[in-house]
Amino acid sequence: MKQRIISSWHDVIRLSKDPLLLGVILLLLISLVLFIIYPLYKVVVVSFQVDGSFSIKNFTDVMTYSNGYYLKALFNSLWMGVATAVLGTFIAYIFAYSLTRANIPGRKFFNLIATIPIISPPFIGALAVIMLFGRNGFVSSTLLGMQNANVYGPRGLLFAQVLTFFPVAYITLRGVLESISPTLEDAAMDLGGNRFTIFRKVTLPLSIPGIASSMLVLFVESLADFGNPLVLAGAQFPILSVQAYLEITGMGNFAKGAALAFILLVPSVSAYLLQKYWVSKKQYVTVTGKPTQSSNDVVSPTARRLLFVVCCLIAACIILVYASIVWGAFAESWGNSNKLTLQNFVYVWRVGFESVLDTLVIAGLSTPLAGTIGMVIAFLVVRKQFWGRKFMEFSSMLSFALPGTVVGIGYILAFNQHPFYLTGTLLILLLNFIFRYLPVGVQGGVAVLKQIDPSIEEAAIDLGADSNKTFRKVTLPLMIPAFFSSLIFSFVRSMTAISAAIFLVSARWKLMTVQIMSQVESGRIGAAAAFSLILVAIILAAMAVIKLILRLKYHTTSSILSH
Amino acid sequence: MSVTLKNITKIFTDQDDKSKEFTAVDSVNIEIKEGEMVTFLGPSGCGKTTTLRIISGFEKQTKGDVFIDGQLVNDLPANKRNSSMVFQSYAIFPHLTVEQNIGFGLELKGMKKSQIKGEVDTIMATMGLSALGARQPSQLSGGQQQRVALARAIVTKPRVLLFDEPLSNLDAKLRDQMRTEIRRIQQQFGITSIYVTHDQAEAMTVSDRIMVMDKGRIQQLGTPFEIYSRPTNHFVADFIGRANFFKGMVKKIDTDLTLEINQKEYRFPSFNKDVVVGKRATVVLRPEGLKIEKPNDQAFFNGVVQEAVYLGSTVEYQITVKGRTEPIVAISYNPVKEGLYRVGDQVGVSFDAISAHVIS
Repeated sequence: MKQRIISSWHDVIRLSKDPLLLGVILLLLISLVLFIIYPLYKVVVVSFQVDGSFSIKNFTDVMTYSNGYYLKALFNSLWMGVATAVLGTFIAYIFAYSLTRANIPGRKFFNLIATIPIISPPFIGALAVIMLFGRNGFVSSTLLGMQNANVYGPRGLLFAQVLTFFPVAYITLRGVLESISPTLEDAAMDLGGNRFTIFRKVTLPLSIPGIASSMLVLFVESLADFGNPLVLAGAQFPILSVQAYLEITGMGNFAKGAALAFILLVPSVSAYLLQKYWVSKKQYVTVTGKPTQSSNDVVSPTARRLLFVVCCLIAACIILVYASIVWGAFAESWGNSNKLTLQNFVYVWRVGFESVLDTLVIAGLSTPLAGTIGMVIAFLVVRKQFWGRKFMEFSSMLSFALPGTVVGIGYILAFNQHPFYLTGTLLILLLNFIFRYLPVGVQGGVAVLKQIDPSIEEAAIDLGADSNKTFRKVTLPLMIPAFFSSLIFSFVRSMTAISAAIFLVSARWKLMTVQIMSQVESGRIGAAAAFSLILVAIILAAMAVIKLILRLKYHTTSSILSH
Repeated sequence: MSVTLKNITKIFTDQDDKSKEFTAVDSVNIEIKEGEMVTFLGPSGCGKTTTLRIISGFEKQTKGDVFIDGQLVNDLPANKRNSSMVFQSYAIFPHLTVEQNIGFGLELKGMKKSQIKGEVDTIMATMGLSALGARQPSQLSGGQQQRVALARAIVTKPRVLLFDEPLSNLDAKLRDQMRTEIRRIQQQFGITSIYVTHDQAEAMTVSDRIMVMDKGRIQQLGTPFEIYSRPTNHFVADFIGRANFFKGMVKKIDTDLTLEINQKEYRFPSFNKDVVVGKRATVVLRPEGLKIEKPNDQAFFNGVVQEAVYLGSTVEYQITVKGRTEPIVAISYNPVKEGLYRVGDQVGVSFDAISAHVIS
């Protein structure tokens, strides 16, 4: 302990010789405390407080409310989380295995299809479910002739969530399967294993940590999801994140809302910590040697055909969803009149133009800031020794674990009063977006920096550059691809965010996602579809611009969506 | 058990451009006898690994036949061939312990648990792995991983043992130690073995015979002694060890071959059958077959020492000779007795005809 104090003291002395560095570190630590920890702290405090003193009354109230309605919501959320995790991971594994191991035709196409849901707003799944299976649904009503089909409830929601989140699992599992050396499968075959034995005894066991990790991530994502359940869950099937939102915006009951948010937080953070500190440590590393290309087929022709068909079915589902959005955007009245028209777009232009501009301003401002701060934090965390380094890494990555609903409630609790009165301003939205989408930049930056041998920077210093110049001339250029990847990610997330942002929008600052949501709720499916289409178009355009800059200026490509 | 390759040819087609073809292995014929250890030696891309993978069944030859123990195995997949491979990357299953790794093949064969335990324990004792049975692969050193890979291959009692550059990931000292051990174990078990490497010292130590390959073709097949001292062509002479080449005109062939070099005639007892009177031929002289002395008229060549590297037991000289672009490399053993020459000294170079060999 004494030694630690001494060494921290040495850190301070050393840093005080570099006032710029010290200033940056202090500013970042304060910001992380203020905009990530403090709102969380407020949620905990408010939920455990009645009339200014500690009490668990909010929780007992919430749990006994209306014959255990919220208890049911908790149960439903957990159940939905587990179901989405299992089903989403299962589908993603089949997809990833087919694409990495089975040598099926059209791999590039399937890969592209699987990544589309990542760049769309999370409630597109829900919207499509209504359009396909709802009362006027294309499949339920037009094809099957069902009257009053009811999609609201667990099945529709599960479909929407699996569709929305399976790409996350796919990307994880694809990485895992690619990292398993084909030589191991060769070795198993050489020792006398047939194809199925090889899968059962080698490939599958080696992917177990990846599968566990993907399940936990999907569980956290599903639990935190707000858009899909708001549209699809319905009153019969309450979901925790939605109920917390309704408790606050509908009833204005902050204490109960905070208590629900806290209940939501516990399983999310537990799953996140389990994933980060336990499962990810279990990941197998292929021990030595240069990677060898295997020409050996580990999948039999019959299995390959089967996998191809399954991949086609999954891809068809995704295509159907997006096709229905496009079609719905141009249809006069979805389900009733399929005449093509532009009236939905005209309507969106009239009603929603302002929100398009607002969204662009907010995403355009927060994205570069989030990216830059992410890189700086990554640099500090990997390359510098200072007091609070571990805290900086942990807190900047924490947002991954926090459901948006919790963060949104935390922000209105924290910044609704002096000294930080920010409600209804542009600033609160910006701060929320910056600190929410920081982790990707930090993660990407850390990964890149850990691969860069520190001696490269030492060489620059040895040749006469100071630490500032070394960072600008050597380190930063090496981090450029990670930086742009994080830009794309945080831009997509800022454009499609809803769960936290829905608490923070105001009459002056509107977001497209919130507008789309209110169109869905008021039954204007066509307008919502048109709006969503515009949103996706903006995202694609922005991605193209960022990639173009990367190619022209830095002669490199970003890795996030071009696997 | 014997392995026979008849006319093995492998042609790879470019996936993107079907008209582009690459012949990796070109009409390879070899017969490997029971209990013999044969090394496929050559530079990278010479086709040695492809040939090995064809024998193991991981690669299908475009033409030709593979026989194991007289049985045609062309259509037998890798898992039915009863050959075991020691992979370059060891391919140790990271999710299994050392014991489970070694027992993997036996388990697949459906052997009883108790029996597997006995077999695995025996082989671990032979390989000096007894204390490591419960370890995870990530806790093993490179040398230990190598042993596990070898034990896993041997324990299934394969008819043929295949080694794919098994020592290339080890440091130099361990490599020397392991190659003697591989040879010891191979002889102890008497398993027919094929060993792929690009390291000639490795090939020399472990093999009964060496098959030197280049550009998919066999360049020479012979014992280590034949390969080194009686190379069949320029490629083999140059690839194995260091060599000085001197061109000349073949004057006469009787029991010896008479070659005219620099207007002087020399007799060589060892020469290839394809050398023809009246045509040009090349004599291969290894550095250790040359002698450095004071300059004299009887010398093979007279020149100037351009470089002298003193290594204690030997001195390596590079000698520049007028009218010759390549310097002559010579090694002098026992330098205390032979005397030291310095850079810039005038010296004469002579040779022992018995250690020379003439190629066309």
